[in-house]
Order: sequence, then C-alpha cells, then structure tokens
Amino acid sequence: MGAMQILFLLAAAAVLGAAILVVTSRNLVHAALWLIVALFGVAVVYVLLNAGFFAIVQVVIYIGAIAILFIFAVMLTRQIGGKDGGSQNHSTWWVAALLSLLLMVGIVWILSTWQGFATELPALANEKELISELGKSLVSTYLLPFELASVLLVAALIGAIYVSWEKSR
Amino acid sequence: MVPIGYYIGLSAILFTIGALGVLIRRNAIVIFMSVELMLNSANLVFVAFSRLYNELNGQIFVFFVMTVAAAEVAVGLALMVTIFRAKHSIDVDQMSSLKG
Repeated sequence: MGAMQILFLLAAAAVLGAAILVVTSRNLVHAALWLIVALFGVAVVYVLLNAGFFAIVQVVIYIGAIAILFIFAVMLTRQIGGKDGGSQNHSTWWVAALLSLLLMVGIVWILSTWQGFATELPALANEKELISELGKSLVSTYLLPFELASVLLVAALIGAIYVSWEKSR
Repeated sequence: MVPIGYYIGLSAILFTIGALGVLIRRNAIVIFMSVELMLNSANLVFVAFSRLYNELNGQIFVFFVMTVAAAEVAVGLALMVTIFRAKHSIDVDQMSSLKG
C-alpha cells in the first residue's frame, strides 16, 4: 500500500465520518463544524486527484463562505430558551433509512455494469498547463455559461438581500 | 496509485449519507447541509473522471456546480432566516401554511 493509498483512505474516512456526524448530531453548531471537516476532506481528495485549483476553491468557497454562512444561519435561527430538545428526526425515520438504502442499492446496481473500477489513473502531463487550459476554456468555449453564472450570482445575492430585508412596519 | 473505483465508492457513500440526511432530519438547515454533501459527492466523481480521461470538461462542470451551490446557499439561508422570523421555527414539519 503506497503513501497515496494511505492518504486517500485517511481522507475518505474523515469525509464519511464527518458526513455521518453532520446528519446525526443533535447540536446544529456541531453539525456545521463537522460539515467543515467533511468539506476539508473532500479538498484533500481533490489534491490527491491533482486538481489543486479545485482544492483551493473548495477551501475558499465552501469552507470560507458557505460553511460560515451556515454557522451564521444556525446562530440566527437558534430557538431561545434551549427548545432545541425533542426529536430531531421524522417519526417515520425508518422509511427514510429504507429509501436511502434502496438508493445505495440502486447506485451499486447501476455501477456494477461498469468494468473499469480497477483502472489506475493515468500519469498526468503537466498540472500547470491544466490550470491554464481550464482558464482558457472558461473564456472561450464556455464563455456564455461563465457570464450566465456571474449574472446568476448577482441575482441570487440581490434576491437574498431582498428576502431577508426586515421591512419596517 | 489509487484506482478510480475508490473515488467512485467514496462518492456513492457520501451521496447516500446526504440523501439520508435530507430524508431523515426535520431541521431545514441540516437538510441544506446534506444537500451540500450530495453536491460535493457529485463534484468528487466529476473530478475523478476528468482525471481518468484527461478531459477538462468535467472540471468545468465542477466550477459551475460550485457557483450554483454558492447562489443556492445564499438564497436558501436568507429564506430560512425569514421563515424563522415569521414562524419562530425552521422545522420542516411545521412549514405547512400552503396545505389545504
């Protein structure tokens, strides 16, 4: 077992453990913090896949912006007086568990028709070139989606401000 | 080196955990977090396949998924805070005003 494999297994264990804790933990702040651990683990896996750019973007966007927004939202929606108690799950939790088990079986069934699982990843040419290729294709082939994404972001942020604006009555 | 199957397996399990979280929890914010986990698992498999086939298109998809996720979280959390102000709870079982 090479160092890469050990590193991958550690990162995967961290991601899955943190994800389970996000779903199960009763304290919402803890859930948000475990979400950060899971997202960081995914960033480590991106590094192992030689996608350094996305590892950085993952840390900056997901951890730096999205997870912090989550923590803010958790703190803004805390019920005063510690009414966080009581069941956090639906009463029909076993239906949910059954459904997600079915989903897992479905995914495994679809994937089982594919033969290439043992394929080793090919050697990479030049990572620096990859990033510049990415940048070039964003402003040539994918120019329209790129611009639309920026319009979407502006619209979403204006919408968020409008929605959460406290109207003075 | 790690074979591609490991990455796909990690992504599949992560997606299932996220789906379980969406179905099982009553707090809307945790449901959002689980949606983020599912988006991350999709991103993971995009990057893995783009690495396998030496294709950049998969990574472009990840770029746009991240953009949409950021927009979604901004609007979604604003909605959560507004709903909390109106109903003093973000339990999805209690968001039943539209029910006839």
